[in-house]
Formats: sequence, C-alpha cells, structure tokens
Amino acid sequence: MCRFAYESVPIPLSATRTRKLELGRVGESTLRHDGVPKVTGEFAYSSDLYAAGMLWGKTVRSPHAHARILELDVSEALRMPGVHAVLTHEDVPGQKTYGLEFADQPVLAIDRVRYFGEAVALVAAEEPEQARRAAAAIRVEYEPLEPVVDMERATEQEQLHPDRPTMPKSGGSHGYRDDPRPNVVRHMVIRHGDPDAEGEVSVSGVYDVGIQDQAFLGPESGLAVPDGEGGVDIYVATQWLHVDRDQVAPCLGLPPEQVRIHLGGVGGAFGGREDLSMQIHGALLALHANRPVKIVYNREESFVGHIHRHPARIWAEHRATRAGKLVNVRMRILLDGGAYASSSTAVTSNAASFAVGPYAVENALLESTCVYTNNPPCGAMRGFGAVQTCFAAEAQLDKLAAELGIDPVELRLLNALAPGDVLPTGQAIEGSLPVAEVIRRAAALAPPEPEELPREAIRLPGGAGNTTRGEGVRRGVGFAVGYKNICYSEGFDDFTAARAILHADGSAEIHCASAEVGQGVTDVILQVARTELGTDDVRLAPVGTAHVGSAGSASASRMTWMAAGAVQLACRAALEERERTGSADVDVERVYRHPRTTPLDPETGQITGERAHVSFAVAAMRVVAEVDVELGLTRVVWIGTAQDVGKAVNPLAVEGQIEGGTAQGLGLALMEEIQTRDGLITNASFTDYLIPTTLDMPHVVSELVEDPELVAPFGVKGVGEPPTVVSTAAIVAALRAATGRELARVPVRPDDIVGL
Amino acid sequence: MKLAITINGERREADVWGGDSLLTALRDGFGLPGSKNACEQGECGSCSVLLDGELVCSCLVLAAQADGHEVTTVEGLARGDELHRVQRAFVDAGAVQCGFCTPGLIVATADLLERVPSPSDDEIREALSGNLCRCTGYAKIFDAVRLAAAP
Repeated sequence: MCRFAYESVPIPLSATRTRKLELGRVGESTLRHDGVPKVTGEFAYSSDLYAAGMLWGKTVRSPHAHARILELDVSEALRMPGVHAVLTHEDVPGQKTYGLEFADQPVLAIDRVRYFGEAVALVAAEEPEQARRAAAAIRVEYEPLEPVVDMERATEQEQLHPDRPTMPKSGGSHGYRDDPRPNVVRHMVIRHGDPDAEGEVSVSGVYDVGIQDQAFLGPESGLAVPDGEGGVDIYVATQWLHVDRDQVAPCLGLPPEQVRIHLGGVGGAFGGREDLSMQIHGALLALHANRPVKIVYNREESFVGHIHRHPARIWAEHRATRAGKLVNVRMRILLDGGAYASSSTAVTSNAASFAVGPYAVENALLESTCVYTNNPPCGAMRGFGAVQTCFAAEAQLDKLAAELGIDPVELRLLNALAPGDVLPTGQAIEGSLPVAEVIRRAAALAPPEPEELPREAIRLPGGAGNTTRGEGVRRGVGFAVGYKNICYSEGFDDFTAARAILHADGSAEIHCASAEVGQGVTDVILQVARTELGTDDVRLAPVGTAHVGSAGSASASRMTWMAAGAVQLACRAALEERERTGSADVDVERVYRHPRTTPLDPETGQITGERAHVSFAVAAMRVVAEVDVELGLTRVVWIGTAQDVGKAVNPLAVEGQIEGGTAQGLGLALMEEIQTRDGLITNASFTDYLIPTTLDMPHVVSELVEDPELVAPFGVKGVGEPPTVVSTAAIVAALRAATGRELARVPVRPDDIVGL
Repeated sequence: MKLAITINGERREADVWGGDSLLTALRDGFGLPGSKNACEQGECGSCSVLLDGELVCSCLVLAAQADGHEVTTVEGLARGDELHRVQRAFVDAGAVQCGFCTPGLIVATADLLERVPSPSDDEIREALSGNLCRCTGYAKIFDAVRLAAAP
C-alpha cells in the first residue's frame, strides 16, 4: 500500500480577481446576458426548436470517399409511412452548387461523390424514426473510384473539379493566380529580400499536423419554416447570417429577401459553422412539403457535416547568424483542403503570412499550397492556418536555440517584431504589436515547483488509470510564441452594420446581426451601447437578417472589434439625430469599416497597397508537462500565458477565451485527430475522437497585456485565436524538453515518446 | 407506448416510441429540452439527469426503464425565480460560454456537492471528467464548483 503524503497545490479562485457586474460598461467584467437562461435549461439552441405540424428531416450521405452515382431510386422511400418529401439534386430549383469562395459544392450530389459523408438525398417525415427508415430505403448504386488521398500526390492525379470556376466569387480580390496543375485550390509564394540569403548556421525540419475537428458540443441543427408566400424562415446555429442567406437564396431560386435567417442558439462554433450545414436542405424540404422541417445531426453526422482544420506538412529551414539573428526563413507548406474549397484560399494565404511567427527577418521564401483530395473537406477553425505554421516555426526556433546554445526565450526576444518592422509581405507594423512585452510577461510567470513523490495517481500521467507511482516520469518546460491577424484580410470589403433605436422612455434597442456563438459578443454589444448611451436600459433585438445589414462573420477574431465599432457609430449617430431633430424616438443604422486592405501580389506575395492585414495579436505561453516515457502517457501540469488583447472589453470573458482557446490547442497537441482510411473517417464519435476533459486541462494563469490598437474602437483586439495558435506549439515544446525527442508531428502519440 | 414518470416532482404522462431514450422522451415527448443531445452515446455528459437520485446519462437509459420512476432535470433545480446555488455559481464565475454543456454540468455538480459538500480539486476533476466542455477549458467551471461549495 502506498500512502500519499502530499495534498494538491490549492488553485486560486481566478474569478474573484475582478469585480463583476450585471450591467457592465466597456472594460468592466460583466456577467453574461444569457447566463441565467443557459443555467436553467431555458435557452433555446437550434436543436431545441419546435413548430406546429413540424416534420423531421434526414440526410442520406455517401459511404464512399469517391464514387460515381449510377442510379438513385427513391420510389420505395416515397411510399413509406409518414414520408412527405424525398429530394435529390433534381429537386434543387436554383443554383445546384454553393460555397464560401467557389461555388464548388453540390447542394446534393449530382453524378459523383467526392468525400465520405457527402449529402446525396433528403427525406422529411412525421417522426424521426420514419425519416431514418425512409432514408435507409433510398437505393443508391455507386461505382467506387480510386480516391485521391495523398496530398503530396494530388497534383499528379485525376482532376476532382474539372469544371471549377477559375477565379473565386470575389473576382480575384485575393491575389489569386491560376495554377495549371490538377487539384490545386490555391498556390502562393511570398518572396522577401533575397530568398537565397545564407546564414552562419541553419536548422531544418519537416513537420506534420493531423486533421483537427471543431467538435462544438451543439450539433448542426435548425428549423426551416415556409412563410406561405413562397419564402422561408430558417432558424439555425451559424456564424454569419447574411452570407448564409446569400448562399441559400440562389439555390432555392429565390430573391434574398424571401429567405430570412434567424440565429438559433449556437452550441459553439470555432469556425465549423462558417460553411452551410442544414440550411439549404431544411429549406428545400420545408418548401417542398409546405411544412416546417427540423434537422438535427447526431454526433457521427456532425463529424462529416462540417469542415475541419487543414492537415499540413511543412518543410522548414531557418538560417541565422551565430549571434542568433534570423537571416532567412524558408518554408514550404502543403495543406490538404479535402473535397471542396470552403475557405481554403484564405487559410493557404494565412499559413504563409504568419509562417515566420512574430519575428523580424530580412529574407524569406514562403510557399503555401492547398490541394483538393477526397479526404474530409477542410476550412475554418480557430487559428486559421497560423496554428499549423506556428507549430513548425516555434519548433524551428527551439532547434536553433539548441544549435546556438542560446536560451530559447532570449532567442525570441532577440528577433521579436516591433512596431515599424516590416513583415515578409512588405507590410510595415503600423499599430500595436507588443511582442517583446508579451514574451517577457509570459517568461516571468513562475511555474510551480515539481510536486514530490509519492502523490495521488490523478496527479500523474495516466491519471486515475493508476499506471505509475512516478517511475519513468520526466518533467519538461516549454515556451512558445504565436501570432495571427485580427479581422479579414487581402482586400476583402469587410463591414458590420448596427442599428440603434432610442425610445421616448429613455430605453434603447440595438440591432446587430452578429452571431453569439458563446464568445460573448452580445455582452460586448450591450457594454458598448450602455457606455455610449450612458444608460443601463439597453436591449439587443433578436438576431436575424430581416431588420439590419450584415455583421460579417463571427470569425477571424474580428467580431468584438467590428461589432463595437458599428454599435458605437450607430449609438453616436442616434444621439446626434435626437439632438438635431429634437425627436425623442430615433432609429438609425450605421456601417463600420476597418482600415482598408489590398490583395497580395499573385507573383511575389508582396502587398499591393499599404497593408494586406489590418491588425495582429500575439500570445506567449510557458508550459510544464510530465511524460511517462515507459507508457507514452502525458500530463500537462501548468500553463502560464500572456496575451496581447488591445483593450479587454470584458476581462472575465477574455480570460474565458484564453482558457478555452488554450484547451483546444492542448487537444491538437495531445489527442485530437480525425483518423481516415482511404478517405473514410474511422473515428466519428466522442468515444474515438478525444477532446480534453477536466483531467487533461491544467490550471491556466493568464496575463492580459493591454496595448491599445489605436485604429480600433476602444483600442480592442480580438482574443479568441491567439491562445489556440500558441498552445499546441508550447505544449509540444514541453514534451520535447521532457523527452529529448524531435516530436515533429501533432497530435503526439504514445508511440512517439516511449522507449527512450 | 404510454409512459408515466415523476419529473421534477410532478407526475407526467407522454406517448413515446418504444425505442426512444430517456433523453429523447424528455426533450421531444415531455417538452423539456434543457437536457442536451451532444453525443447520445454516454461520452459527453450533456444529458445528465438524476434517475431516482442517481446521476445518469439520460441518452443511455431507455425511456421505458424510467416508467414509474423519478427524474430530476436541470429544469427542476431552481425554485421559481431563485436559482439553485450551483446555477448561481456558474453564472457568477463566468463558467458559461456557449452553454451547451452547462445543464449537464450543473446536474453533475449538484450531485457532487450533495455527496461531497467540500470537494478537493482532485475530487472535482474526477467527478466532472465525464462532462465535456469545448469552450471554457474548465477553469471557470472549477471556480464555479468551488464557489457553490463555499460555506
């Protein structure tokens, strides 16, 4: 019997660190506006919606990664009890394809399926079980084709999209250039200074990143309700209501005003709800059956029902002086976009733009390519291309530090970007980017002393599995820095509209179609409105497309900045209007735009105006990890991080973003990967795709570094993505320190760390 | 099939399909969608309820098994407008983001504090390890549990 002499180190209550208010203003920790309905169970998520006479929709999906459809027979399904509609691509009245950048994805497969789980047909029936049985009765005859699954060979294999439009919908504003090779979604090169410049030392490596899933807990779901006049109302969990509408309406053959998107309660998003899921399908069924139709994916369907984080292979070479100054960074980045483009073009560019990390370098050659394959489609996930390259770049810096015998933190400080420095794209840092400050603050956070043995199993690698008493356990400390862009980039005409209505009784109502996905943008909007209007009597109208212009997407760490800007403008305009007209009732709508960006040059990857990116945010992180090198089990003990947040509108929520974003990076470092075999997903469940639990996440100490972004309202920056960008790199750095292994692939598997 | 369950102290009847889980019956049959459907195979804890006082994943219980028994869901914890102390603590600690895991975590935490009034951090970790949260990284959830446990 083993006796345990040590209690765990008590963890301080971080929530007591700031005073919290119900009706806070900008800068004050504010309790969530939707907190009470969410704890009582009253909050209506998109899967909780019901309507009188409602039918249940079910999607028939491809069991093949690549196949020709020879025959599709729905006759038996149509005759089954309770069935009101069975639809195929022939029933799509308008445009047959949709997509964020290219309309390359069929609403329902036409003559071929390109990925496992692609939608082929739809059923609506009175009961869910009737819909499931009818879906199973649809007979689809496939001729399986050789799937394209190796991203390194994709450019030599069968063209998966021979008819794809050659330029994106935005008319080439992304500095896009056609590539003659098959299956290239986008290829770009950033050439900076002399790409052949030699250094005194050089380190190189090849890095791999597996496919990560957003794994939001609320499954894709929604309710489509026909309006009786040919139009439809869609209540759905999404990230960008207006762009949903603009993709749905053409496929239904309807003008945009006949399609109204309403925000259903969103159970997490993380990029995975940028693309459409059930929107067109639900609307088609509802209009066809003339009844409301609800669709709710189960977890297995959710895994194939949205895009994922791009898996990547990255070849990197860093050249430097003996003193540790970077001379030249050369990287080749290959991303697997899967079967359809989604937002891959922008991910490709982001991966290259942030490949070097927040470091100054005079020469660089950064090549980024995304290919089509028959693997699961990939698109937006928190960190958006910067996660993959941060993992490679930070590993490279640690290698360089080891090669030169320089402390890794010192090496990073020596090369830290500062305002005025020029990025590899030629863009100068104009605004806030406190890289050195963030590094110093994170490095100053003191990790706890190693806990002595023996101790409770739950505080050892392997945890309650009780796999070790501490023998074979090694400790390592890692450090990393990550950064990425805030707001949309490369010439995208990005804006947010908001409407302020002032009433004679002194109350105010705000309309803004920004998606509350859990990040707390509703509170940001209310805090800004209370601050600007000087009253607590403010409410946010239900979020939809019918009564206000587009808010843009709840993504790219842009929503806080853009919503704050738009609501501030609208509130100020409303007060001026009241002053000018003397009218007690005022209703104004205003549109906010951030500083304009322009595309990168398609040949050189250099800026074509002042900037390709609006703003940047940086985070640094120190991690302590323990590794059982006999069993390959890991335990992250402690995480300390400092993050550049511009101005924290709601410090409590900012801490929550940092802690949650860190957890997703931990997942990619240690456990999260969609497994495929010949393009088929083999782990589409929470039994087989693991996400961090309370046993995996350590205490996170977070320092908010407030360095206001002068061009942003209140000096804000987005905060959601930097922690996810940096934490994978920082955690693996700690594992490397513990094991001495190169660990060039995430997630790190037990096999990678046993047998030292 | 006809089902009679005492839910949140009130005897209720509903007509459900014999193959339905207790979760589906609660949500679609009894109109109580507070319990959530995130994985429907017992991995995520979002559907946690008390069945005769025992913490269960309602997705793993056949609705028919609950016939004649007592079920407490997240909807049954508050007394009128007065939140249960665990609910209050989750709001006050900032432990809610998207909130989809919240009902299950609230029921699981209420159950934990019923059994262990002042749990250690290790006990909290172990007790809540069956409840997945994708937004918070659990830090504020720990705060909430400690806040609710505080005398």
